[in-house]
Amino acid sequence: MKEIQKFNFSDGVAVEAKNVDLYYGKFQALKKVNMRIQEKRITAMIGPSGCGKSTLLKSLNRMNDLVEGCKVEGEIFIGGENVYEKTADLSRLRKNVGMVFQRPNPFAMSVYDNVAYGPRTFGIRKKTELDEIVERSLRGAAIWNELKDRLNKSALGLSGGQQQRLCIARSLAVEPQILLMDEPTSALDPISTGKIEELCMQLKKDVTIVIVTHNMQQALRISDQTAFFLLGEMVEIGDTQTVFSMPKEKRTEEYITGRFG
Amino acid sequence: MRTAYRGKLKTLNEELICMGEEITQAIRNTLKALKTHDPILAQEIVNKDQAIDDSEKRIETLCLHLLLTEQPVASDLRIISSALKLITDMERIGDFAADVAEIILHGGRSKTGYCISFISEMGEAVVEMVEGAVRSFVEEDAILARRVCDADDRVDDLFSGAREVLVGKIREDEEFAERALDLMMVSKYLERIGDHATNVAEWTIYAVTGVHENTEK
Repeated sequence: MKEIQKFNFSDGVAVEAKNVDLYYGKFQALKKVNMRIQEKRITAMIGPSGCGKSTLLKSLNRMNDLVEGCKVEGEIFIGGENVYEKTADLSRLRKNVGMVFQRPNPFAMSVYDNVAYGPRTFGIRKKTELDEIVERSLRGAAIWNELKDRLNKSALGLSGGQQQRLCIARSLAVEPQILLMDEPTSALDPISTGKIEELCMQLKKDVTIVIVTHNMQQALRISDQTAFFLLGEMVEIGDTQTVFSMPKEKRTEEYITGRFG
Repeated sequence: MRTAYRGKLKTLNEELICMGEEITQAIRNTLKALKTHDPILAQEIVNKDQAIDDSEKRIETLCLHLLLTEQPVASDLRIISSALKLITDMERIGDFAADVAEIILHGGRSKTGYCISFISEMGEAVVEMVEGAVRSFVEEDAILARRVCDADDRVDDLFSGAREVLVGKIREDEEFAERALDLMMVSKYLERIGDHATNVAEWTIYAVTGVHENTEK
């Protein structure tokens, strides 16, 4: 694989957003967001639909660049480097900050080729090396045993839960430092959801995970810290147990107890 | 807004108010039966204890249903889990009222009643504590709850005083011994009611503040 420099999380902070304002045309989707995401921990982002949590998630690896009329002000640091600097290397950013979406989106190709896609993009051609990456990534996504005999079958024939774990394996294949997950289990059954949740808890040994979820019990089960968003503002961030038992902000309490939203 | 869920929480509060009324009524009737040595009223208290047990079961089922189906968090979780715990204290308060009623039914042969000043004083104090404890919970009033906890000291002092008075009376008149034992038991039950009311108040403090306070001094 082409040597691509990793980000340096020497102070334990993987991501830091400073005064982030984000506009879609005239609509302001994020308002002065300030938050820190700790390295090798799971950070959950919760809040009602349209509150800006997915927008912030996508801005962490500049996926929003693809949205027309999207303008970001303020700074987002990954390992101390501002990813919105003009000189920022997008390829390096997206290799180190992977993303898993709400609906599994495997490519219309074999299981093997899905996982090998990223490494090939970064120049790996040797079969033995690719084989090793594919196995390691599928094992990392807890799906190797289910797929080892179906590596050459189309990924589109897998169940939803398997497809989502395949997508996680595809992300892991390029050894990201941060994995962004946008409601990764909302289209899955409870058993597949449980598998993904267990996977997240195993992955955090090596990877920093940021997960957007509407399932508050999921945030409680797997995350170390939780951030609550409302109308584009980051209202509160803290240790998950504290946010769900004694939130500091009245708006957080009202949302998580279902008094509004 | 989760309307159905908020509705169920309101039902929980209403059920707790009803159970609170049942137990305070049981204690009031017990005190009345003690004064008048009224076996009919005493029997009625014993019979009605089942209704209090039923209330406990009904509220327990409602709390478990809420935990299972609504997965409450934050203040709602504290209120529901506290309710689940404090109904056991409320049910015990009902049991003690019935135990006192049993003494009236089957205890000493004296027909002169149990009208002794410290019993009335303790009785009034614990009724006030129980009412305050239940009200503090349903109104989420931690200040009132702390007042209830403080009031337990007075009940404990009255109990210690009662013991001394009864020992003195037995020394004066051996024939009083049997009745004195009954009165000692009644005092102890009232003192225990005070303890359980304190527990209810402590659950209120937890539900409101999120902190378990040991109010014992």
